[in-house]
Amino acid sequence: MIPFFVLLTEIKTLIGKDFRLEFKQKYALHGILLYLVSTIFITYLAFDNIIDRDTWNSLFWITLLFVAVNGISKSFIQENPARHLYYYTVASPQAALLSKIIYNFFMMTLLSVLSFIFFFLLMGNPVIHIQLFLLTLISGSFSLSSVLTLVAAIASRAGHNFSLMAILSFPIILPLLMLLMKLSRMALNSVSWTDAGNLLLVLMTINMSVIIVAYLLFPYLWKD
Amino acid sequence: MLKRDYWKFLTCALILYAIIAGFLVELPETMIGQTMRNLFFHVGMWFGMFAMLVTSFIYSLRYLGKFDEQEDIIAVESANVGLMFGVLGILTGMLWARFTWGSFWVKDPKLNGVAVGMFIYLAYMVLRGSVEDIRKRAKIGAAYNIFAFILWIVFVLLLPRLSGDSIHPGSDGSTVLPKHLEPSLQLVFYPAMAGWILLGFWILQLKIRIRKMTNDKPS
Repeated sequence: MIPFFVLLTEIKTLIGKDFRLEFKQKYALHGILLYLVSTIFITYLAFDNIIDRDTWNSLFWITLLFVAVNGISKSFIQENPARHLYYYTVASPQAALLSKIIYNFFMMTLLSVLSFIFFFLLMGNPVIHIQLFLLTLISGSFSLSSVLTLVAAIASRAGHNFSLMAILSFPIILPLLMLLMKLSRMALNSVSWTDAGNLLLVLMTINMSVIIVAYLLFPYLWKD
Repeated sequence: MLKRDYWKFLTCALILYAIIAGFLVELPETMIGQTMRNLFFHVGMWFGMFAMLVTSFIYSLRYLGKFDEQEDIIAVESANVGLMFGVLGILTGMLWARFTWGSFWVKDPKLNGVAVGMFIYLAYMVLRGSVEDIRKRAKIGAAYNIFAFILWIVFVLLLPRLSGDSIHPGSDGSTVLPKHLEPSLQLVFYPAMAGWILLGFWILQLKIRIRKMTNDKPS
C-alpha cells in the first residue's frame, strides 16, 4: 500500500504528462475529433428527417459509445513499450490506472459536449431538461472512462487492440449505458427531477464499484 | 471409488427422476398446457449455467491469488461448460417461447441478460485465444473474467427494474415463481435443478481430466 500523498503526487504528474503528450502529438486528438464529426455526419445523412426524441437519444449514445471505445483504446499503446518500462520503475500501478481514468474522463467530457453540440447543429435539440442532460453527460463520461480504461489495459496486454477492445467492452458497458440512456430519455421528455435522483445514485454506486474492482485488478495487468 | 463418486450416482438418479417424473407428473390446468414440462429442463440449464459461471469467477479469483495453472484450467473449463449450458438453455427456451409468445425471441430482460452473458464469455474465449504466453493469458483472462462477471451480475439484476415488466416467469411479482408451484411439481422441480447442477460439475471434472491427460495448454 503506498501512502496517499505519494499516490496523489504520482497521479498529478502522470496526468500532466498525458496532457503534454496529447498537445505534442496532436494527431491523436485530431483523429478522434474527426471520427466524432464524421460519424455524426453519417448519422445525419442516414437518418434524414426521421429523428424523433427516442431515435435522437439512441443515436447520440451509440455514437458516444463508439467514440469512447475509439478514443480510450489508445490509452496504453500510445507510448512505446520501452517507455512503459521506465514508468514501472517510477510509478505505482494504482497511480497509472487512476491517472488514465481521470485523463480519459476529461477527454470524454470534452468529446461528449462536442457530440452534443454537433447533434444540436445537425439534428436539432430535443433536450428540455438541460441541467439533467449535462449531468448525465458528465456521469456518462465518468462511466465510460472508468470501464473502458480497464478494458483498454486488458486489450493492450493481449496485443490485438481495436477489435478486441470492442468485443470485450460492449457487453460489459451495457448496464451503465442502459442507465445513461434511461436518464437522458428523462431529460428529453420532462423537466422534473423525480426518479432521476435515484437513477443517478445507482449509476454512481456502480461507477464507484467499477473503479474499486479496476483498482484491485490493474496491478495484475501492469507488468508481465 | 464408491465413496468418492457417490455424487455421480446421485446425479444419475436425480436426472433420471427429472426425466421420468418430469414427463409423468400430473400438471395443473394452465394456458401453456403440456409445455409446462419444459420447466424441469429449461430452468435447469440456467441453474447449471449460473453454477458454472460462479465457479469460473471463484477460480479466476483464486488464480490471481496463487498463480497456480490448475486454477486457471478450472476457470476456463467451467466457463466452457457454462457456455454449453447457456446455448442449451437458449435452445430449450426458444422452443418454449415460440409456443407461449409466438416468436423464438422476445425483447425481455431475462433473455437479454442471458444473451449478454453469452457475449461476455465468448469474448473471454476470444481474448484467451489471442494471447500466446500461458501465464500472461491466464492473468489477463482472470482479470477480464472477474471484471466482466461483476458487471454482468449488475446488468442481470438491474435490467428488469429498468425496462419495466418482464413477461418471463420467475421475476418479482410474477405468479409463476418456483415457490408458487404446486407441491407435486416442486417435488420434481428442486431435485431436477440439483441434478442439472451436479451434472455440470461432472462434465467439468471430465473436461479437466481430458485437458490434463492431453497435456493441452489452456486456451
